[in-house]
Amino acid sequence: MEITAAQALVQCLEKEQVELVFGYPGGTILPVYDALHDSAIKHVLVRHEQGAVHAADGYARATGRVGVVVATSGPGATNLVTGIANAYMDSVPLVIITGQVSTGMVGTDAFQEVDTTGITMPITKHNYLAKDAAQLPRMIKNAFYIAATGRPGPVLIDLPKDMAETKIKFQYPETVYLRGYKPTFRGHPNQIAEAAKLIAQSERPVIYAGGGITSSRSSAELLALAETINAPVTNTLQGLSSFPGDHPLFLGMLGLHGTRAANLAVTNCDLLIALGARFDDRVTGKISEFAPQAGVIHVDVDPAEIGKNVPVHVPIVGDVKQVLQELLPRLEKRTDPSWLEQVSTWKQEYPLRYEVEGMLKPQYVVEKLDEITGGQAVVATDVGQHQMWVAQYYRFRRAGGLISSGGLGAMGFGLPAAMGAQIGLPGEQVILVVGDGGFQMTMQELGTIVEQQLPVKIIIFNNSVLGMVRQLQKVYYEGRYTAIDLKFNPDFAILAQAYGIKGYTLRSKEEVDTLLPQALTEPGPVLINCLVSAEEWVSPMVLAGKSISEAIDC
Amino acid sequence: MLHTLTVLVENSPGVLARVAGLFSRRGYNIDSLAVGRTEDPEVSRMTIVVDGDDRVLEQVTKQLHKLVDVIKINDITADEYVDRELVLIKVNADHSQRVEVIQICDVFRARIVDMGRKTLTLECTGNHGKINALEETLRPYGIKELVRTGKIAMVRGTKNTGYQDIGTKEEN
Repeated sequence: MEITAAQALVQCLEKEQVELVFGYPGGTILPVYDALHDSAIKHVLVRHEQGAVHAADGYARATGRVGVVVATSGPGATNLVTGIANAYMDSVPLVIITGQVSTGMVGTDAFQEVDTTGITMPITKHNYLAKDAAQLPRMIKNAFYIAATGRPGPVLIDLPKDMAETKIKFQYPETVYLRGYKPTFRGHPNQIAEAAKLIAQSERPVIYAGGGITSSRSSAELLALAETINAPVTNTLQGLSSFPGDHPLFLGMLGLHGTRAANLAVTNCDLLIALGARFDDRVTGKISEFAPQAGVIHVDVDPAEIGKNVPVHVPIVGDVKQVLQELLPRLEKRTDPSWLEQVSTWKQEYPLRYEVEGMLKPQYVVEKLDEITGGQAVVATDVGQHQMWVAQYYRFRRAGGLISSGGLGAMGFGLPAAMGAQIGLPGEQVILVVGDGGFQMTMQELGTIVEQQLPVKIIIFNNSVLGMVRQLQKVYYEGRYTAIDLKFNPDFAILAQAYGIKGYTLRSKEEVDTLLPQALTEPGPVLINCLVSAEEWVSPMVLAGKSISEAIDC
Repeated sequence: MLHTLTVLVENSPGVLARVAGLFSRRGYNIDSLAVGRTEDPEVSRMTIVVDGDDRVLEQVTKQLHKLVDVIKINDITADEYVDRELVLIKVNADHSQRVEVIQICDVFRARIVDMGRKTLTLECTGNHGKINALEETLRPYGIKELVRTGKIAMVRGTKNTGYQDIGTKEEN
């Protein structure tokens, strides 16, 4: 029996066990929406396409499944761009279906036409323009495979309206064959043996673990590695929550706003074990002085990341989980305490700290959140100072507990991402920590949160300024503050109430102590507007062009 | 240093844009790029001459490999290979100059493919150096128009950088 390609698309999604899609309808994608009408797949109607793609991103990070987005052509597609780029930078698996004008109109500057595949080419792992309706099921099969395997990433399918309406003989392909795409999963055994040898010889090893641990779900293997070889562990921002935040071997985050202990340990180590991390500039600081005495073992599923920024002594291309599973039996238990004693001296000497006196401090709120939730919540953040305070002060004890925009650093990510995470993890506590700036970039999604009855707890660190920009202006532009004032913010608690969401405003430590635990246990969504000091700086900070061992206090 | 890469790609729409876009956004320098389909109509072959040191080349190769449409890459710089460019040159050649130009044409084993009242159009194939030399030699006469292809290349002997050894769809 012949069905339309749009109906076939929906059946393909069902075959891929897609439970829900995030989307926003429009003219050219209507055939797909019409097909969704008859499907069990749930559609989450967002308020802006950017919300859909960030929500799918949060959903994918929280569940490990592929997030699916549907949008229309033209502005629908361009509104997705930030979110696609974000997923690409942080390696999040998404499949995005966009409508396109009919094939006969492509290239004529038709109404709501943009070159979607052209625009998204550099920010997708792969994309397709479906010029042949019969090929659509094959494309979708490939898209899910490409998105989820190897180094995950977003894949886009641009579907012209006439193709969507074309009748095809539907058959979903059983297998994928892409001769140009064969990711390596198993690390080379000789290289793994070489890594084991280097580890056995090392005296001062440090494990530097990134987002690859989270996306390959290998927190258990990471913990086993650290405890077997007794090596301290530092996380990148994306790696946070892959290692228990209260573990004695944990150093905290490294890099630009990393702990001094982490940065000193990396600078002084003789072996750096990089796992699913990519030596990003926010991590390394001055690259020539990054881990200058260290041999480097680099495990990554993407061969292009190995040797890109630093020379590597033992490169291992493979899925970090599989590589660790093969490496672990080759390792001997190490007990030499001298390096750990040195590291622990640094930890004691340079703890993270802030002044508790005066106005409500954002760091205090994060510490309180950590205490109330026992580090077990899924915490989504936006981008800015609050994000760094969460990274520094929340001691993640749930694997995959942090959902944050790292590579792209996209303000506006937080609220829709938290929404997607809560949809993916209905029974769990999902908390959003967001600044007043970033919140206002995507706050329209409050409507979606209410509609979907999501019990997300939204904590705004409201200092009425763009705090991170202000901090940069303080440090690099002699405090000439320009365009950072948000004094015309609305009252966010009242705004929440306008949506039918409970809104609180907290002004002091005491209010936090009494109201925060209560607000977190409310059954529905809650917005907590914390009026915090604008005179707080993310500290320590490594200045541009400096070694990470030379952090300053801000 | 210039490297010559032969790259087998899926003959799919947008593949040239993907490769060219990758080079420009990552700041790699393409010296020349030639593309056309191979003995298999579903596979195209690009010959890319790229400038960079070994580290750059390693990145270029790895990043190209990440493109789903890229099937196979060979850096043949160190191999013995045959390479050719094709040039068409329309050069001034009135009565007084015509014989000289035809003589130059013979020396370079170029062919005259068209003739105007005051011009000759030459076709010549050869490696980069030979084509450059021909161009320089004809320049004093006044080159009216010139078009040259990028370099295409193939390894000498029986070594195969084609698609046969990567398997076909049926085999897999």
